[in-house]
Amino acid sequence: MSTSVADIQTQDSGRYLKLSGLEPLVVRPDSNFINVGERTNVAGSRKFLRLIKEQKFTEALEVARHQVEGGAQIIDVNMDDGLIDGKKAMVRFLNLLMAEPDISRVPIMIDSSKWEIIEAGLQVVQGKCVVNSISLKEGEEEFIRQAKSIRRYGAAVIVMAFDEVGQADSLERRVEIAKRSYDILVNRVKFPPEDIIFDLNIFPVATGMDEHKNNAVDFIEGTRWVRTNLPHCNVSGGVSNVSFSFRGNDTVREAMHSAFLYHAIQAGMNIGIVNPAMLEVYDDIPADLLEHVEDVILNRREDATERLLDFAESVQGSRIKEKVSEAWREEGLQARITRALVKGIDKYIVADVEEARQAVAQPIEVIEGHLMTGMNVVGDLFGSGKMFLPQVVKSARVMKKAVAHLTPFIEESKAGNASGSAGKILLATVKGDVHDIGKNIVSVVLACNNYEIVDLGVMVPPEKILAAAIEEQVDMVGLSGLITPSLDEMVFLAKEMQRQEFDIPILIGGATTSKAHTAVKIDPEYLSTVVHVNDASRAVTVVGELMKDDKSAGYKAGLKSDYEKFREKFLARAVKKEYLSYKNAVANKLQLAWSDNEIKKPKELGVKVLADLDIEKVIPYIDWSPFFRSWDLHGRYPKILEDDIVGKQAQELFSDAQAMLKKISGKKWLQLKAIFGLFEANRTGDDIEVKTEEGKAIFRTLRQQGKKKEGVPNLALADFIAPKASGIQDYMGCFCVSAGFGADEKAAEFNEALDDYNSILIKALADRLAEASAEYLHKEVRTDHWGYAGNENLDNVDLIKEAYTGIRPAPGYPACPDHLEKQTIWEVLDVEKKIGVKLTESLAMWPAASVSGYYFAHPESKYFGLGKIKEDQLKDYASRKGIPLEEARKWLGPNLEHSS
Amino acid sequence: MANIFDSISDRILVLDGAMGTMLQQYGFEEADFRGQRFVDWPVSLKGNNDLLSITQPEALRKVHEAYLKSGADIIETNTFSSTRIAMADYQMEELAYEINLAAARVAREAADNISKTTPDKPRFVAGSMGPTNKTASLSPDVEDPGFRAVSFDELRASYKEQAEGLLDGGADILMVETIFDTLNAKAALFAIEEVKEERGIDIPIMVSGTITDASGRTLSGQTAEAFLISVSHIPVLSVGFNCALGAKQLQPYLEVLARRTDSAISAHPNAGLPNAFGEYDETPEQMAAQIKVFLEKGLINIIGGCCGTTPEHIKAIADVAAQFQPRPITQTV
Repeated sequence: MSTSVADIQTQDSGRYLKLSGLEPLVVRPDSNFINVGERTNVAGSRKFLRLIKEQKFTEALEVARHQVEGGAQIIDVNMDDGLIDGKKAMVRFLNLLMAEPDISRVPIMIDSSKWEIIEAGLQVVQGKCVVNSISLKEGEEEFIRQAKSIRRYGAAVIVMAFDEVGQADSLERRVEIAKRSYDILVNRVKFPPEDIIFDLNIFPVATGMDEHKNNAVDFIEGTRWVRTNLPHCNVSGGVSNVSFSFRGNDTVREAMHSAFLYHAIQAGMNIGIVNPAMLEVYDDIPADLLEHVEDVILNRREDATERLLDFAESVQGSRIKEKVSEAWREEGLQARITRALVKGIDKYIVADVEEARQAVAQPIEVIEGHLMTGMNVVGDLFGSGKMFLPQVVKSARVMKKAVAHLTPFIEESKAGNASGSAGKILLATVKGDVHDIGKNIVSVVLACNNYEIVDLGVMVPPEKILAAAIEEQVDMVGLSGLITPSLDEMVFLAKEMQRQEFDIPILIGGATTSKAHTAVKIDPEYLSTVVHVNDASRAVTVVGELMKDDKSAGYKAGLKSDYEKFREKFLARAVKKEYLSYKNAVANKLQLAWSDNEIKKPKELGVKVLADLDIEKVIPYIDWSPFFRSWDLHGRYPKILEDDIVGKQAQELFSDAQAMLKKISGKKWLQLKAIFGLFEANRTGDDIEVKTEEGKAIFRTLRQQGKKKEGVPNLALADFIAPKASGIQDYMGCFCVSAGFGADEKAAEFNEALDDYNSILIKALADRLAEASAEYLHKEVRTDHWGYAGNENLDNVDLIKEAYTGIRPAPGYPACPDHLEKQTIWEVLDVEKKIGVKLTESLAMWPAASVSGYYFAHPESKYFGLGKIKEDQLKDYASRKGIPLEEARKWLGPNLEHSS
Repeated sequence: MANIFDSISDRILVLDGAMGTMLQQYGFEEADFRGQRFVDWPVSLKGNNDLLSITQPEALRKVHEAYLKSGADIIETNTFSSTRIAMADYQMEELAYEINLAAARVAREAADNISKTTPDKPRFVAGSMGPTNKTASLSPDVEDPGFRAVSFDELRASYKEQAEGLLDGGADILMVETIFDTLNAKAALFAIEEVKEERGIDIPIMVSGTITDASGRTLSGQTAEAFLISVSHIPVLSVGFNCALGAKQLQPYLEVLARRTDSAISAHPNAGLPNAFGEYDETPEQMAAQIKVFLEKGLINIIGGCCGTTPEHIKAIADVAAQFQPRPITQTV
């Protein structure tokens, strides 16, 4: 071929060793040393041997996972033991390991001296493995047979410097055997040279025997020769052998490993079996120790071994260790605990707390002293905006771990003195409401600040809240809710608390709550303090002020008068707003010119269930901005990731979220379900009548009654549907999606593991996925099932901006705040039976991460806010719907305008 | 016989489109699947599309001809499920060799007939070797992740039998395709190597994986690059991806291959992503427009269609492919 338009050149097809697990591992000339994990080897790890012998494969997998998490890029698996059925154990272990994506992402080194075990291993691994090992020990014929087979299985191979005569123990023998093996493999078997890894035998030095003195040098020089003279191949070895003589003196051994590797790597050794825990940083080896060690490794002095032995005694025990990156571990106990809390590092906290416990008289002092000192720093940093919510939640995880360690000791000491907490706070999501992300965040933040939290969970009936408040003798009650009926629940609770003569403060929080509602509706019902807490970071300040013995009275009085003023102003302003009578509002409705050609008949009518939405399809529709908002990180995605102040935190949170999304998707943590229906529909008055399979159903819509400017209509959703009288057949739809199946269980698992961070994260992501599913489904309906927007081509930004044609308003939200209409949707679609989403007594959806609504297709249809309605519409609505006026009042209370 | 290696360095080769979609249009009923020979077969045979190579060869020939006339250089045999393992569903394990043989013969004849009329454009037959209905590195049992429903050796033997039938029936190429689980594919490649050795012949091999979804991984969890590495031990005519995704979604993974291999690259995407009812609705024009993007980037040597594609799609693709040069390849078998 002469001309080519290729603009992508083959960039990386060079002759490098390329291996694979679920992910690739390419060993390029400029790659760092490849570290092979050695703990999944029954010959090398007594613990692993025991686990395999006892058939404890699950625990054995943890050994592998630990290796990969610790940085092993390949894991060596060896089952050669007289008491084990090696072939069976190899197959079983590898099969189980393949089912663990976080382990099987790395390539496997199948290690055995028995060919049948090696072959059995090769038959169960999809990735490109390394065989460890073959050699000329049994002669050329066997060597060739094995090599051919390995190639056919698609694996790389370790070739031991071993032949019919024996193991290579000098430079000359290493060179001789390597050259012969290479020639046979490359020229006769056509084995790719880059897939050959030589193990040139690392033998101990400083054994006291003269013939061992040059062992390390011979290996290093052999390595140099192989890498210079045998193109493309690699050199490996088991490093710990070299220091065998110094068993028991880890300081010297670690220094020896590092010094040996330093020189061997320079000579071209590029792969090795190394225990990372037994490795000193070369530059951190004290100069005198290094000198003695290198004298031995490089065989630089006659008396090198004796000198190192003498020196070794002096460093025995005095561990010079500590990795550079872990330098903070050198600091004092308090500094370490504080750092662990601030940075959210839980690795050492139990050990540190234990150390602290042994240093104090009573275990409680660790909480009141060490841990509180640390948490105060966290609190200060959070308060001053130098730490952000996701970090604080991580700190809380560390704190919980520490406290969990101390609790048994505290109970044992039975000192009986109270926890020394700063105060006891009851938190609950009110009856009928299932939303608890915000409440959980507040709970964590307050717990971090040494408050004892009594968390009653979600959908808590008022009598239970009050009983617990009395029994636990709490200092205040925090109520949370997300849906509008919860507002009335809160009002009810305030009344009840007044009736029962409580005088502890009430905290109000949650997405629909507001200072206005708190001031106007709740505060007047309760003589003691009511305070609206609009975000979690403010909770600490507010609670702190309320708990101040001496000064809280002033603060409370301030709140009362503030709310009173706010209420007066609010009511004064509200009164000025003018309203139309319902009759006049109807007269001022939106008049669309109806004609057949504007209406598109859906491709298919009726109800459709999508029982298992593909989460990967939904993920691209996620609107991330509200996700960050739920963590009190304010800003628009993706700009927020670059934000000067919260950017870094947002990035961390975002990457945690991405990682969890992968798990949600890969491990099917959440199940996405959807149902929708498209129906013939026409309007009569403000009702929309739809034709369903069973007959008909009626959606009641509410009409704006606020007085509009000249020419601006008073809208109701019914306006977007053709009137029956027009004789034109119109259509509408409704839907419900849920991403919440599995979320509560997973969150509970995290809670169990004292991991609030991930517990909150999964719920927040489930919420986002529910919204994204609604977005995705709406698009599918527009472009396909209904098909009125077949040519639509919008990206996610456009979707978030609602640039599409048609709307999907949700009952309970501004255009149709009437939650009762959900019941109609549930009947029409048979939602609960078909996809399992339920309505609570307050008409919240369960699972919480669910969205339901209507579809309107008319190009003029748009989102709007209903605003307040008047008593006349309420009456008309109640009679249309056939429910008692008082029931209608209960549900529409928050939207009712009382201009008395 | 013409040499595929000459053709592939010469131009972009066009592979045919979906077989199942085309056969469905005949609306065959149980009796048609059975034909005379299997009138008394103990289990239902409706849906055993691969059996039609024996019982309805005329229909199969017409599908092949339609694709050849649309401009396909390579047609795939109707043998996606013709392994002993997959045929077990119809108790037809013993017929595996014969089904492959029959399918390859029909394709061979169709290809040769057209080749005669277009001597400057020789046509080739690729023996399709599907993934079977069992996975060697995934457990079908949620209770026991270590369980396997099929072993490497069973797969190897089953694929070997299929390869022999295909070659005996006249296939020029063996295509290991729609690879969900790389270990199954490795068993197929192992089997082909055995056949090569036993017969002392070389066989051009096409390897085509399937990225199952937007995660960018195979069903068995490998990334595109890890998949490539895992199947690179055998010299192949081409490596590529097919199925599961439409042309647009496939592009990033083809780019991964383009950067990491010297082999020829193949792609036979679906006609877009399935809609909510599992139908593929990308039109020939839409699909060709997407494919044009690959071709402009010089990513492709062999291009065709998978689920939902028809002769009209292949025609549109062939017309676009004719306007571009193939991706330069340096490695030949």
